[in-house]
Amino acid sequence: MKPGGSFLRGLRAGIPIGLGYLSVSFTFGIMAVSYGFKWWQAVVISMATVTSAGQLSGIGLMVNPGLYLEMLVSQLVINVRYSFMSISLSQKTEKKFSGIWRWLLGFFITDEIFAVASTEKSVSRSFFAGLAVIPYIGWTFGTAAGALLGNILPDFVMSALCIAIYGMFVAIVVPPVRRERSLLLSVGTALALSCAFYYIPGISKLSSGLAVSICAVAAAVVGALVFPVHDEGEDQ
Amino acid sequence: MENGGFWIYLLIMAGSTYLIRAIPFAVIRKKIKNRFIRSFLYYIPYTVLTAMTFPAALYATDSVLGAAAGLCAAVILAFRKKSLIVVAAAACAAVLIVEGAVSFIR
Repeated sequence: MKPGGSFLRGLRAGIPIGLGYLSVSFTFGIMAVSYGFKWWQAVVISMATVTSAGQLSGIGLMVNPGLYLEMLVSQLVINVRYSFMSISLSQKTEKKFSGIWRWLLGFFITDEIFAVASTEKSVSRSFFAGLAVIPYIGWTFGTAAGALLGNILPDFVMSALCIAIYGMFVAIVVPPVRRERSLLLSVGTALALSCAFYYIPGISKLSSGLAVSICAVAAAVVGALVFPVHDEGEDQ
Repeated sequence: MENGGFWIYLLIMAGSTYLIRAIPFAVIRKKIKNRFIRSFLYYIPYTVLTAMTFPAALYATDSVLGAAAGLCAAVILAFRKKSLIVVAAAACAAVLIVEGAVSFIR
């Protein structure tokens, strides 16, 4: 492949993620301002963190003074899924994608970037770098736009935009489930557990970040026990 | 919010998020041979996204009915292998239409 070819391919693959992020971070910008943050503080949070669930729970804590330990613990719990993704991605990278590049580009491992990257047979550093660009720009500018001019949009439009991120999640999960029946078991288990954690009194008190982590790990264990993937080499 | 606390919070939030992503990515170089772990890693992204979406997405918009319509639209279009952006846009449109219709009837 010609030099830059995979960077451009990554860039293109990032466009839908960037557009999706625009609407989600727009919502974050509005929320941050409504919590009492200045617009630039919302933008700095987005640029430094790049994580939807973590940021949402983070600004909820930041309005109180001095809850530093709570912040650390809740962030670790909400974000532990990223380390699973990182390990998973570390298994699929090209040889050149190593050393400092992993420390630099590891910053951009989000749910959606990971999901798109893992559809690659082997992830090159230029593809991954290209993939990260537009989502990062979208996340930053969406936050700024939401914080600065969020209240221009009527409520019913805001309400509809809130489903965008979930639509994106569905679009990532459904096609491989259709292709591979073995995924149906783990995805179905995750769905059932997640609903249980949400609706059953008592355990529904658990923080949503922790609940998501528990459900995801348990469901992946079920999948791995019942339908282990093929041995090295015959990997799809 | 006042600045001192803001920067400390930001450091904790951004620092922990970065390290939890970068350390496993940078440190694990070898191919993992264990079949169970490789299977687990194969399933985890899908189970994470599923657990994040259901049932939380049902309560993300003004009404459960609108959100359910949005999710149905997303599942149907994703099943037909439409792109991320088409699926996300259709979900938003379905919410708009259903919530618009409901408020019109009321």
